[in-house]
Amino acid sequence: MKLLEVKDLSTYFKTTKGYVKAVDGVTFSLDHGECLGLVGESGCGKTTTALSITRLLPKGGEVMGGKIFLEGVDYATLTEKEIEDHRWEDVSIIFQGAMNAFNPVKKVGWQIAEAIIRHKGVTKQEAWKRAGELFELVGIPAERVTQYPHEFSGGMKQRAMIAMALACDPKLIIGDEPTTALDVMIQAQILELLEELRKKLNMGMILITHDLSILGETCDKIAVMYAGKIVEMGTVDHIFNRPVHPYTRSLIACFPNIESEDRKIPEGIPGYPPNLIDPPEGCRFCPRCSLAESICSSEEPEFMEIEPGHFAACHFAGKEGGTDV
Amino acid sequence: MSEKLLEVKDLKVYFEMKKGFAQSLFGKPEVLKAVDGVSFSLDKGEILSLVGESGSGKTTTAKAILQLVPVTGGSVVFNGEEIVGKKDLSEFRKKAQMIYQDPYQSLNPRQYISDIVGEPLMVNELVSTIEERDERIREALEEAALVPPEDYWFRRPFELSGGQRQRAAIAGSLIMKPDLVAADEPVSMLDASIRTGIIDFMLKERDLKGVAYLFITHDLSLAWLISDKIAIMYLGKIMEIGSAADIVKNAKHPYTKALLDIMPIPGKTLTGKRKILEGETPNASSEIRGCKFCGRCPYVMGICKETEPEYIEVSPGHQVYCHRMKEETEDE
Repeated sequence: MKLLEVKDLSTYFKTTKGYVKAVDGVTFSLDHGECLGLVGESGCGKTTTALSITRLLPKGGEVMGGKIFLEGVDYATLTEKEIEDHRWEDVSIIFQGAMNAFNPVKKVGWQIAEAIIRHKGVTKQEAWKRAGELFELVGIPAERVTQYPHEFSGGMKQRAMIAMALACDPKLIIGDEPTTALDVMIQAQILELLEELRKKLNMGMILITHDLSILGETCDKIAVMYAGKIVEMGTVDHIFNRPVHPYTRSLIACFPNIESEDRKIPEGIPGYPPNLIDPPEGCRFCPRCSLAESICSSEEPEFMEIEPGHFAACHFAGKEGGTDV
Repeated sequence: MSEKLLEVKDLKVYFEMKKGFAQSLFGKPEVLKAVDGVSFSLDKGEILSLVGESGSGKTTTAKAILQLVPVTGGSVVFNGEEIVGKKDLSEFRKKAQMIYQDPYQSLNPRQYISDIVGEPLMVNELVSTIEERDERIREALEEAALVPPEDYWFRRPFELSGGQRQRAAIAGSLIMKPDLVAADEPVSMLDASIRTGIIDFMLKERDLKGVAYLFITHDLSLAWLISDKIAIMYLGKIMEIGSAADIVKNAKHPYTKALLDIMPIPGKTLTGKRKILEGETPNASSEIRGCKFCGRCPYVMGICKETEPEYIEVSPGHQVYCHRMKEETEDE
């Protein structure tokens, strides 16, 4: 059985101007021990996808349709009470800007122990001991559990946040831009740690980021999102070496490559992502696409398998004379 | 020969850490050495990137040069004139501008874009009539690709996207026709897809008007892309400085090498473990004897913990702060 299966997930936000279709028909799956990278510009629905899976959507957000199976349990239909038993135990999330996610007036260890007591029903002493073990696991000396968040450096807070996410042995861990605010050296430490733990504990992982450059070395699969939809999905090799969707290509072209010999300013993508209250008809990338033809603005492209394990939603994907390489 | 615009020599910025009352009476105050002896020079129209981790003193260096924080020691010569300790900075202020990281916080939410961009002109009395002011604003907005300018004239910052806001902020700095702009991570808050537009705009201003940039970033690949020179900073010191190619393709300092090793490359899969430096960056207020980097250096020697290394010029303009360089150059 797959660890996670998301089918046709749609999450809308209610505003005075209408529904914002933040996530609109997203489908993907994940095996045990596998890592999926979710990448795209800001506002394309990466975080909303994650929050839909953990059912932590802010006010106004609602899962309008689709299924979220985690080991066979459909999270989309659970009540708030029922989901509480699953959250942290089966799926946990490392938040964006974890530096500020800790309560500054409570000891870091206690904030982790609390979650353990709630879910595992153990005594205080046992929970503290477990918190110490988790600290060791993420490379912080166990005696520091009694310290407060301000006594930790940024990288250590992020590690502690990971320790917290691991508190109840989740099967799936979602990292929402877990390294975005950190320096390259600390970013590398955190990514290395996550990878080690993922292999050791055989967890599934979803890594959300807007930084394409870290995906290659971390993920097995990559899903590129644009305007609430997955436009291309495949292995690292597919996405970086044989991308078929024009958006994926443009996005890759945005990142400078320090290993190349000539210094070329990357191209960038003209225009901005569309308004999701009233998204463009046909392909959502069509207004910014340099290869768009008339069919693109009238018909929505199907999300098709181009080669085994490589999917894309583009009218010209894999077709001769189209965008194929 | 290109003209020298800025010469920074042994710049120091120390902050005294305020402790409790009792300690302030009896104890010695703790000193945080944010910038500890930084020297470099910048020609007209040149771009120097200051690269380093957070807390390495990049921003403080820029602010000290612009006289926005008190300077503890050293000298800053701008257009042949010593700036440190100068009483009347109004001329200098017109010629040296700063761009901040976060366009969501650096613009006054209640002002119109035209007022934000045009304000420096009024404050410095550079224009005498409203027509002249409007003309200059129109030019600045056009250069920043906020076209047509009329569309943006009466908009407020919240009506603009992040990229447009940063363009407006930059337009406001460049309207003064400065010689030097210190840009503090101007694109790190923005998506990669819109970074290019901002970078292009900044480079165009350099080509057309000869603006020199002090570009602060933690992203070595971006620095490599746009700079003439790169300085790698660590704990308030420049570890290595040289041309962009010197630093990226011919790095000498162990810290620079470590940074380059760890840079993620798009599409590159990993073979083996990441080469991570041991330990964490020490607190800038802790006293370090010898080389600032010795605690984390994989090649540390006895001398590194005792005496501070000097800058050794390995090739013209390429200086390295490391004891090992001395041996290497002596061996040859």
